Amino acid sequence: MDALKLELKNKIITVLNLEDITLGDINDNDPLFGDGLGLDSIDALELIVILDKDYGIKLIDPKEGKVIFQSIESMAAYITANRTK
Amino acid sequence: MRKTYINGTGCLSAQKTFDTVFLEDAEWNKNDNVLFLKKPVYKDFISPIASRRMANGIKNGIVASAYAMKEANVTNVDAIITGTGMGCIEDTEKFLKAIIDNNEEFLTPTAFIQSTHNTVGAQIALTMQCKGYNFTYVNGAISFESGLLDAKMQIEENEANSILVGGVDENGDHILSLFKLAGYIKEDRKEPYQLLNETTKGYIHGEGACFFVLENEKKESTYAQLVDLEIKNVLQEDEIETEIIDFLKLNNLEISDIDAIILGFNGDVEFDSYYKNLAENAFANTPQIYYKHLCGEYNTASAFGLWTGSKIIKTQTIPELIKSNSIERPAYNTILLYNQLNGKDHSFTLISK
Repeated sequence: MDALKLELKNKIITVLNLEDITLGDINDNDPLFGDGLGLDSIDALELIVILDKDYGIKLIDPKEGKVIFQSIESMAAYITANRTK
Repeated sequence: MRKTYINGTGCLSAQKTFDTVFLEDAEWNKNDNVLFLKKPVYKDFISPIASRRMANGIKNGIVASAYAMKEANVTNVDAIITGTGMGCIEDTEKFLKAIIDNNEEFLTPTAFIQSTHNTVGAQIALTMQCKGYNFTYVNGAISFESGLLDAKMQIEENEANSILVGGVDENGDHILSLFKLAGYIKEDRKEPYQLLNETTKGYIHGEGACFFVLENEKKESTYAQLVDLEIKNVLQEDEIETEIIDFLKLNNLEISDIDAIILGFNGDVEFDSYYKNLAENAFANTPQIYYKHLCGEYNTASAFGLWTGSKIIKTQTIPELIKSNSIERPAYNTILLYNQLNGKDHSFTLISK
């Protein structure tokens, strides 16, 4: 699980081009959107593609995203439970 | 009909053309057939949150605009007009590559959003909250001139008082490899690339962003008046001189009235003869200037040419690095620019003090 969280942080920094953010700046329970990392709706689309492309998870209901993408912790937990690759 | 004045300029190029006076830090790179832009500190102009999705062309456009606006001492304009030949080609390449690599699946929006040609003008408008006319011209090597003509007409016809107009193009890895394959760019490892004395096909490629604030009034920051502009898509080599004479005649001028001519020599032996004929005949007794050895050739390189002409009129000096003959004039009040690419997209621009 810890390795997955680290992997997710690295992916988020790279894919979302968060130039000034380091791994240490992202805590496992920090909100990814809003006051936390400050991600927006376009980033949400990028995260959906990461789930699909890298972990074989297709999000059918967009409302699910709100819970799944709450933090690195919630993303890692959802991926661990649902990944197909 | 109102006059059009260039009241501010901002130029990013392969030279350090920002935070300088006029090419005092310029260096002629004879070793590379592709020149890359000298980057400013983007964070001084764009917040990291805003810039993280921006392609280089967008960031360069925003920074060049900011310099032009600062010089003209304006915080907003009535219109923003952008010229670009290839748009944000880096993100276009990224997006198309992702389609191929991922077998048309997993397509993300970011590169696509930034890949459209009008993103540069749109982001500049967002940065300054300009809700006025916003238009992007994509017309090959007359993209910038098309925008300039639009701006000039709007000011003349009293539709706008101040317009930000510029040219932006960026290098992309894949497009550069295609241009090399097509023979547009000079062969690798054939340095030194001399530009004026080349005997081979192809040009030195480059990238840049150059913006101008055009206004209907002369003020302290004024560089020059944009007197007239003509665009011709197709012209034969032997028609250029007559075309220029007619263009000057329309403005009650003769060749002897031109204090300097800025020619778009790019080192391509096949098409530099368009300029060479003028340099050796009609304008043999006129100070001659060239500039693409400093910025490289790209669809909107002529914006660098206009920046050069504007600087000459304002500073009344011509740096040695851009002189292609030794003729001098006591004053540089009227300057003609002529540009073409691959024998097409000809433009004549006349500026004066």
